[in-house]
Amino acid sequence: MTSTVTPPVRKSGSGADQGDGGARRRRLPRIPDRIRQGGLPYLLLLPAVLLELLVHIVPMVIGIVMSFRELTQLYINNWGNAPWRAFDNYKIAVDFDAPLGEALLHSFYVTCLFTVITVGLSWLFGMAAAVMLQENFRGRGLLRAVFLTPYALPVYAAVITWAFMFQRDNGMINHVLHDQLGLTDEPSFWLIGDNSFIALVVVAVWKSWPFAFLMLMAGLQNIPRELYEAASIDGAGIWQQIRKITLPSLRPVNQVLVLVLFLWTFNDFNTPYVLFGESAPEAADLISIHIYQSSFVTWNFGTGSAMSVLLLLFLLLVTAVYLVATSRGRKGSGAE
Amino acid sequence: MRGIRAAAVVTLATALAATLTGCGGGTSTDEGGSNDSPKTLTYWASNQGPNIEADKKILTPELKKFEKETGIKVKLEVVPWSDLLTRILAATTSGQGPDVLNIGNTWSASLQATGALLPWDDKNFEAIGGRDRFVDSAVASAGAEGQPPAAVPLYSLAYALYYNKQMFADAGIDGPPATWDELVADGKKLSKDGKWALGAEGGNLSNNIHQVFALGQQHGDNFFDESGKPTFTTDGNVAAVKQYVDFMAKDKIIAPGNAEYAQNQSLTDFAKGKTAMVLWQAAASTFASQGMKPEDWGAAPVPVPSGAPGAGAQVNSMVAGINIAVFKNTKNIEGAKKFVKFMTSDGEQKLLNKTYGSIPPVAAAQSDPAFAAPDLKVLRDTLANSAAPLPQVPEESQFETAVGTAVKDLWADAASGTPVTTESVKKRLDKAQQQMQQ
Repeated sequence: MTSTVTPPVRKSGSGADQGDGGARRRRLPRIPDRIRQGGLPYLLLLPAVLLELLVHIVPMVIGIVMSFRELTQLYINNWGNAPWRAFDNYKIAVDFDAPLGEALLHSFYVTCLFTVITVGLSWLFGMAAAVMLQENFRGRGLLRAVFLTPYALPVYAAVITWAFMFQRDNGMINHVLHDQLGLTDEPSFWLIGDNSFIALVVVAVWKSWPFAFLMLMAGLQNIPRELYEAASIDGAGIWQQIRKITLPSLRPVNQVLVLVLFLWTFNDFNTPYVLFGESAPEAADLISIHIYQSSFVTWNFGTGSAMSVLLLLFLLLVTAVYLVATSRGRKGSGAE
Repeated sequence: MRGIRAAAVVTLATALAATLTGCGGGTSTDEGGSNDSPKTLTYWASNQGPNIEADKKILTPELKKFEKETGIKVKLEVVPWSDLLTRILAATTSGQGPDVLNIGNTWSASLQATGALLPWDDKNFEAIGGRDRFVDSAVASAGAEGQPPAAVPLYSLAYALYYNKQMFADAGIDGPPATWDELVADGKKLSKDGKWALGAEGGNLSNNIHQVFALGQQHGDNFFDESGKPTFTTDGNVAAVKQYVDFMAKDKIIAPGNAEYAQNQSLTDFAKGKTAMVLWQAAASTFASQGMKPEDWGAAPVPVPSGAPGAGAQVNSMVAGINIAVFKNTKNIEGAKKFVKFMTSDGEQKLLNKTYGSIPPVAAAQSDPAFAAPDLKVLRDTLANSAAPLPQVPEESQFETAVGTAVKDLWADAASGTPVTTESVKKRLDKAQQQMQQ
């Protein structure tokens, strides 16, 4: 495409130059060159961009449009006719004194706590396992495969198994904790009430730590062994080696890993939905399921969309701040 | 720089164009049906049999029969209950749905408000043999009062008290309880040695609603007033919810574990002889599939305060059931009506309701001896005399979620030993009501 387009441009350019001064003659032909050189990457990106538009951007834009309309059951059949409500949906969502806003705020707090604990534990487990599996020993391959299993299992099948295990009367968790170990006086409820938060964190950590393990294991492969050898000759112990060599070298990996884990965990819908159904207990009312309930179960897609847009803005903000903060830190340490 | 700007312009233009087409998708549905494709129909059936495959096996020969009669080929999809409402909402929004579909009858008024379903006015009813063919209470649960129904009754159900005869005999109880006081008294005799009197599905929002609705009627309240405004916190409704949860919290005749049941575990418990009673709709086929013999269990009307079910404060069930509806934007409106006529014909009504263990909402079909079996007779009498439709308001779906969740949370309190008081019940119901009003 570039070869068919550019020659006429060059021709007309040079034709116009005939009557003009020599100064412009040199500048004009350089623009088509730049387009020709710069165009190919864009051309190659075009299919990806179009698909990205179709799969991500368009639904997002539609969602944003929906958030400004009163899209209740009265209008879903013909939602071009849904009345425009400007920021009314947003006002309802952030009016923290009213029940809907209060519930959203509660759900937001629960989600923040859930995310911090889940990402923290996932990273810790992933890091510990990756470091332990650094040394070559018999069965290392097998252990790696076993550790990665939760990541390979389909989410639905895995979480529904957990849901069975967490059942009060017939579940395996209570069978072990109560019947066999006698740790509790009464069999506990895990899927209703306050314990549901613990159940949710356990399943989420179980599901996401293998990803941390995988990424950190890959990161560890890139650290030259000589560094450790030099450090041990200098008398550094294992903890010192981890603190002074492993962690600083993993910094770029960690920067991406923590961000990705944060976004996945904060947005997690599958785990609470499969574990609790469409109405999650208050203690485990994650924001994604809360928004689902606000839109699909109560048929109020306008308010649901407004909540989604607020969530999107929050995540964008956190991501931006995080990236700026961590990149600055990295530059600083690089200058040392 | 210019390249980026151009890309941005293209991006924005595409996005806007797509948004507009996205918006336009729904507009075609207002025009009403046509007869553009008279030879085919798509039908979404609900899951009535033990599983989806069984439904396909039961319905396919009937659809073949219909094809032979009319030359119209029906494409069948059996949609599980967990997906059905979401699928219907998606079809309503996009305008890309089936021609004919089954809906839970409690959704009728909510779906009616979307305007996506064909209204069954006198003319349309005439096309399927007239409104008089159907039992009144069934038609009353097919849409808001004063409007043409949004659907036609297909299978009717009601609640009954199912009890384990052997467990009753072992406890020295000679018959099923007729009043709640008797139920609690019997329940205390039955609840011992790891066995319990009554089962409940605490995590099943719809089931919670069905139970507290009937109790609410007995306390003289309806959860919505005449104008359709929610009245969840009235004394009667609070008392009804408290009475239901107290079976676990105060009377201790429901096992605490039932608080988290949502997948019909209470029926499994009943079939295994762990609980002696359940309040359920047409449970016979489930009991059979779990290995119970028909002589092991009995069915009786759900208890009422006076012991004699009837209208008003002696209502002991909601009008449960399945309705069949037509999407207004179908391309085969005549064929769709013919299909509804076929499904509600006397012959199909007898056959299908017999197979599914439900009651035909078509009066003439009820005369079949199959519906005179003792358990079905209980359901039939209940439907005829002492069942009331759930509030037919557009917010019914929200009501089920909000109040169903409130009851679910109260079960969790009861199960964990947190006291369930009039105040705590009222607080939960108040929260539910505020969610309805935004």
